[in-house]
Amino acid sequence: MSGNGYLFAAYAVTWIIHIAYLGTIVSRYSRLKREIEGLKKK
Amino acid sequence: MKKAFPILGVLTAILLSYALYMALVWAPTERTMGNVQRIFYYHVPSAWTAFILFFVNFVASVLYLIKRKPAADIVALVSAEVGVVFCTVVLITGPIWARPVWGIWWTWDMRLTSTLVLWLIYVSYLFLRRFSSSGETPLLAAALAVLGALCVPFVYFSIWFFRTQHPQPVMGGGGSIDPRMLHVLLINWLAFSCFAFLVCWSRYRLEKLQRDVDQAHALESLLDPRRGVR
Amino acid sequence: MSVPTGITRVTLLKDLRLEWRSKDAINSMLFFSLLVVVVFSFSFDPSAEESRQIAGGLIWVAFLFAAVVALNQTWAREIRNQVLDAYRVSPAPPNSLFMAKTLGNFIFVSVLEALMTPLFIVFYRLRALGPVWQLLLVAVLGTWALVVNGTFFAAMSLRTRSREIMLPLLLFPISIPAILAMVQSTTAILNGEGARFWIVLLATYDLVFTTVCLLLFETILNAE
Repeated sequence: MSGNGYLFAAYAVTWIIHIAYLGTIVSRYSRLKREIEGLKKK
Repeated sequence: MKKAFPILGVLTAILLSYALYMALVWAPTERTMGNVQRIFYYHVPSAWTAFILFFVNFVASVLYLIKRKPAADIVALVSAEVGVVFCTVVLITGPIWARPVWGIWWTWDMRLTSTLVLWLIYVSYLFLRRFSSSGETPLLAAALAVLGALCVPFVYFSIWFFRTQHPQPVMGGGGSIDPRMLHVLLINWLAFSCFAFLVCWSRYRLEKLQRDVDQAHALESLLDPRRGVR
Repeated sequence: MSVPTGITRVTLLKDLRLEWRSKDAINSMLFFSLLVVVVFSFSFDPSAEESRQIAGGLIWVAFLFAAVVALNQTWAREIRNQVLDAYRVSPAPPNSLFMAKTLGNFIFVSVLEALMTPLFIVFYRLRALGPVWQLLLVAVLGTWALVVNGTFFAAMSLRTRSREIMLPLLLFPISIPAILAMVQSTTAILNGEGARFWIVLLATYDLVFTTVCLLLFETILNAE
């Protein structure tokens, strides 16, 4: 890997980690929303 | 309040893109390391952001110990989690930077080592929160957070002395920094701080919602015992 | 001041008596310590010169393992007999309980260390170039650092899931500066070099963490 390859890898890893974490927040949020809909119906 | 979120989101995205451009294009190329040095503009701001978040965790934990307000507990949890995320970024971009520059993936450099220890402390904090039963978690976690925060000066002192006894390659460059590079560094730090704030805000809302739902469930099984336990 | 120390003394004596009576626990701990030393000696078989460089680290890692096993033991008995709830409702100050437990653990772990050390000296042909009293000082300060935090975290782990793994999981990261100090000072003393910085760091660490653990113990004991 050339120098630029490492640079790209570092920036890519940073955003992969952040987006993955945001992804878990979003999916838990939507699951909760569905659960609330279920609770409301009862 | 809720309307501010998307606006801030767009602004942060713009700021991050600008900061990225500055880091990759506008910032001067470093003499010895070349383009790889630009990792610096992501590595260092992530570290600073993580440290700030861990400090917020400390303050929130102390506040919880004194006032016992649930909001303080949520802030403590959120800041620790997001802090660990940023800390992970630091620990991965560090070796990616070290490899082409020094030929090694890891060095017991002061910054990397102390960041690793911090990461370990706050990951153990997150484990405690995960494994303890919900009634007492906030108090136990707050106590652990105080101990962990008190440990930080010891971490720095011990590793500093250890490194002066056993010198290792220094990462991140010692000495003065080119003012243009400093400018780009600060812009990236500002951008990532805004980003961290938004992530914390999202996580806070999620946690608040989760706790409200849990309370609703608890209330439900209290009011209607025939339904049984959830 | 006399009442808390009285309670500490009584609780400590009770614990020591119980440990002495449950010979099984002591015997298994002793044998475990021996095993650790032997396994380490098989794994690292250095010359006498090299051993002085690495013995410090090896010994303290061995002590660390022994301490964790010992710490897990001491609270387990309390839970079995629901003694913890009795402590909570008694008027005795929680600090006394904490000091008693910590002192008891300290004595217990020190006994284990005292037994493991001659074995290490023999297997590694160790000869200290520096003053031996400094080694003893490091042993006391280092053991106290492990035990004071260990007792606190053991109490914390009591009501968590996977209790046995929680203790080392919480203890190790926070102990890292202390472990570094223990290892570095032991290595320095063995090689006849100065260890003053590390000893002072260790003493400061002990002071700070003992104080904070005492301050916070009541909170975590009554957490519900």
